[in-house]
Amino acid sequence: MAAPMLRWVGRGRRWTFARVDGGSCHRREAPTGSTSNRIRGRSSVAQQPLYTTQKPRKGEHKWAAVVGLEIHAQISSNSKLFSGSQVRFSAPPNSLVSFFDASLPGTLPVLNRRCVEAAVMTGLALNCHINKKSLFDRKHYFYADLPAGYQITQQRLPIAVNGSLTYGVCAGKKQSQVIPKTVRIKQIQLEQDSGKSLHDDLRSQTLIDLNRAGVGLLEVVLEPDLSCGEEAATAVRELQLILQALGTSQANMAEGQLRVDANISVHHPGEPLGVRTEVKNLNSIRFLAKAIDYEIQRQINELENGGEILNETRSFHYQLGCTMSMRDKEGKQDYRFMPEPNLPPLVLYDATSLPAGADPQQVINIDQIRETLPELPSVTRERLVQQYGMLLEHSFTLLNEVGLLEFFQNVMKETRAEPKKVTSWVLNTFLGYLKQQNLAVSESPVTPSALAELLDMLDSRTISSAAAKQVFEELWKREGKTPGQIVSEKQLELMEDRGALEQLCHSMMEAHPQVVMDLKKGNPRAINKLIGLVRKATQSRADPAMIKEILEKKLSS
Amino acid sequence: MLGRTLQEVSAALKQGQITPTELCQKCLSLIKKTKFLNAYITVSEEVALKQAEESEKRYKNGQSLGDLDGIPVAVKDNFSTSGIETTCASNMLKGYIPPYNATVVQKLLDQGALLMGKTNLDEFAMGSGSTDGIFGPVKNPWSYSKQYREKRKQNPHSKNEDSDWLITGGSSGGSAAAVSAFTCYAALGSDTGGSTRNPAAHCGLVGFKPSYGLVSRHGLIPLVNSMDVPGILTRCVDDAAIVLGALAGPDPKDSTTVHDPINKPFMLPSLADVSKLCIGIPKEYLIPELSSEVRSLWSKAADLFKSEGAKVLEVSLPHTSYSIVCYHVLCTSEVASNMARFDGLQYGHRCDINVSTEAMYAATRREGFNDVVRGRILSGNFFLLKENYENYFVKAQKVRRLIANDFVNAFNSGVDVLLTPTTLSEAVPYLEFIKEDNRTRSAQDDIFTQAVNMAGLPAVSIPVALSNQGLPIGLQFIGRAFCDQQLLTVAKWFEKQVQFPVIQLQELMDDCSAVLENEKSASVSLKQ
Repeated sequence: MAAPMLRWVGRGRRWTFARVDGGSCHRREAPTGSTSNRIRGRSSVAQQPLYTTQKPRKGEHKWAAVVGLEIHAQISSNSKLFSGSQVRFSAPPNSLVSFFDASLPGTLPVLNRRCVEAAVMTGLALNCHINKKSLFDRKHYFYADLPAGYQITQQRLPIAVNGSLTYGVCAGKKQSQVIPKTVRIKQIQLEQDSGKSLHDDLRSQTLIDLNRAGVGLLEVVLEPDLSCGEEAATAVRELQLILQALGTSQANMAEGQLRVDANISVHHPGEPLGVRTEVKNLNSIRFLAKAIDYEIQRQINELENGGEILNETRSFHYQLGCTMSMRDKEGKQDYRFMPEPNLPPLVLYDATSLPAGADPQQVINIDQIRETLPELPSVTRERLVQQYGMLLEHSFTLLNEVGLLEFFQNVMKETRAEPKKVTSWVLNTFLGYLKQQNLAVSESPVTPSALAELLDMLDSRTISSAAAKQVFEELWKREGKTPGQIVSEKQLELMEDRGALEQLCHSMMEAHPQVVMDLKKGNPRAINKLIGLVRKATQSRADPAMIKEILEKKLSS
Repeated sequence: MLGRTLQEVSAALKQGQITPTELCQKCLSLIKKTKFLNAYITVSEEVALKQAEESEKRYKNGQSLGDLDGIPVAVKDNFSTSGIETTCASNMLKGYIPPYNATVVQKLLDQGALLMGKTNLDEFAMGSGSTDGIFGPVKNPWSYSKQYREKRKQNPHSKNEDSDWLITGGSSGGSAAAVSAFTCYAALGSDTGGSTRNPAAHCGLVGFKPSYGLVSRHGLIPLVNSMDVPGILTRCVDDAAIVLGALAGPDPKDSTTVHDPINKPFMLPSLADVSKLCIGIPKEYLIPELSSEVRSLWSKAADLFKSEGAKVLEVSLPHTSYSIVCYHVLCTSEVASNMARFDGLQYGHRCDINVSTEAMYAATRREGFNDVVRGRILSGNFFLLKENYENYFVKAQKVRRLIANDFVNAFNSGVDVLLTPTTLSEAVPYLEFIKEDNRTRSAQDDIFTQAVNMAGLPAVSIPVALSNQGLPIGLQFIGRAFCDQQLLTVAKWFEKQVQFPVIQLQELMDDCSAVLENEKSASVSLKQ
């Protein structure tokens, strides 16, 4: 990655949030960070973490890590960037290959309008300057799944530059405070994806699948403003949410629609940047954070032990949890960049530059695309905070889980319960059950309607909250019963017969004279024991507040 | 019939004087008789006969597709032809059968033309002699002409005739020989630095390079994408205009074709009067290497315009001398890039070595490409290295812009067309030609032609007269970008004035009388 640029354009806030174990950031020292802020032109509010070796000695230098990301997002489009072949995941090998994709001699690239629009849209959402004129270049290297021997990309003049992405990292005792941070976006470029090589070690042969060859990619290049795995992970997660909200990429990392390479180096604050390594094969957000933190620690250990860092490409092995040098990528590549002669400059227009009488099919109007931008995650979060009075961190959680926001909104539509109650149930109970069983929201056995009905019963004081938990557990068993049915079958309605409850309290006091004695001796906490016993006797159907009131009355009488 | 122009034979077909099948068979038989010229790599006899049959049906039903219906044509073997081997005269593509037609080929077929075959060239069109392909050199039909042989008999020093055959020029020498030897009426060449105009000049034909962006390159196996254009070889200017009319126009498969409406069809008016014309003579084109014969014809041509009332101006194209070296950098760089796809994996040649992918690439490319291609790949990759890019490629691009601006300035000074030589001299014997290597030859032979490719301008070589040796000499007209029709109109007027003689190939022809019947007397105005 090139030297950091000091220009920072921040026109909006794009936040994300992820709960990452604080320890993974190696935060052991009080952050100072001002020196390196100057060096790297950082604009984050929070200070960056500093690193030390495992056993800090007196007078030792602190380490700071510098992380930059190159993110490849597959553009969600019907056809490829320069050919009419379809784009589809998991199609039979080599079934989506045009003559151009196979690089048959004499074929020429024809730019896909949809891909350009997706790039403009993404650039706008990331506060980029959209270049009215951008160029395509050839990047040469020999590889079996690169049939032309070069990739068409945008090296000299990319479609979008100088943007920013705002995300939020957790801080505070319970990791409940969200601190907004910003990473600058150097550029977004359009480029072709390569095919896939499948190595058959048994027969020692390589098979090539060109279905992916030529699919449009957005390469989003972040400036090295990140300093640990957590920051990288949350920034990528936010980008993923934005791309999904825009519909410009499905950004599914497991399907390879979002791929991240990380450039990592460590240095002492105030000193020049260290030699960087590039870590590839980061195919999940969790591994991204792990790999970066591993690599930072590896570099620190290496340097502490008098070693040196090689400018090399490393790959992350998720089974071993470590990065390893990629032998086949050894040696410096000279990509011999050259302008792509078969594509004229890509010219975009805005309302002021649009030529009169231009054929709308032949021109792309940036302002028109700006108008079609959907609500971005940051705005959605703000809306949730405003509309439902929820905490900002809760809004982050709602957006971070696929489908959770929709689930929440569907419950809200059908229930009379307070938004705070709903938020709490969705984020604690519902999400807790999902996580425990490792299920996605779409796989949940509890429907939004069922939860809404349950919360209504709670709201109308038909059942106690303890009983509600019980009902929820029953619902989770997928027996097809409604909350109402479960409540009546199990007789979980709140016990509202005061006389019966008074009777029960009376007999409980008689059965436990020792507790009553404790109380009378001046141990007010002993009442809780009695309340618990009464509740148990009512199968949690009685309101604890009412039990307490009755007991207190009886004790004082 | 075979000696006629495309326009004439088209009229004959319409009038029913001959059927497409008869015409096709005559051409096929002549292709066989002239096999020793090595003009064709592949003769697509079956395809052509089938197309002729269909054409015949159309004529019978009065549904002719136009001027090209039933006309035998040939296509240089670097245009992709569906189902017909396309080799670029290289081991690399020997046996490669494209699954699609180049746009220009498809357009010819859509107009009813008969595809006689694929013509010989220098490997991947890299050369100026049509001598450096794997199928061997192309022989210039004029080597066997009555005009040349008679002159040689007069020369007491003349050597053994058979080993003294002449080159066609190149790299579209096969297409030029095919048209010149009457085996077809028009042929497609490609023109990157003069590859259509140069063999046209040496074979006594009209060789037309259209404006860059006017004709689709889709399916043309590229040499230099930013300079390549499909070229047209015919016996007269009107024929070139007919073919251009069929080929020109935007192609959704080639993003560098222009969308602005172009005057179609390219019907050329007969200029009665050239007094409103201004002809520019670039002074930098008068170089010591230019043969005195060509030089004298060039100046006579200028005088002809002057005497007919045209304004003839000396103009300056000051960056001309940098053109060759600039072309070398840009050409080899694009070649290095374009040739990267030939790795033996998907199509074309693949070596037997399989110890590693890299070893397979290396051996495949060593076996697949000749020295010329490999040399250009090597230098191109050198120029594109990060450390050299600014010093070579970027500088060459800047010089290219200066060269293009030279032309713009000349045209802005009021010049309508430029008049220049096409080649330094007439065709030379093969044994003479190969005394110099390909690179030296290309640099010398492209000297008047390749600046035009850098500027994307239309240019046409017109046969003017026979040299003292009885060999054709051509002159070149260069027009403003996209003023192809104006350029051809001027060329047509000039062609009419010079009355270039028809090649006399009696011994080669079945139907000698047909040729003789059309024989025109040697030119009057410019004959030395």
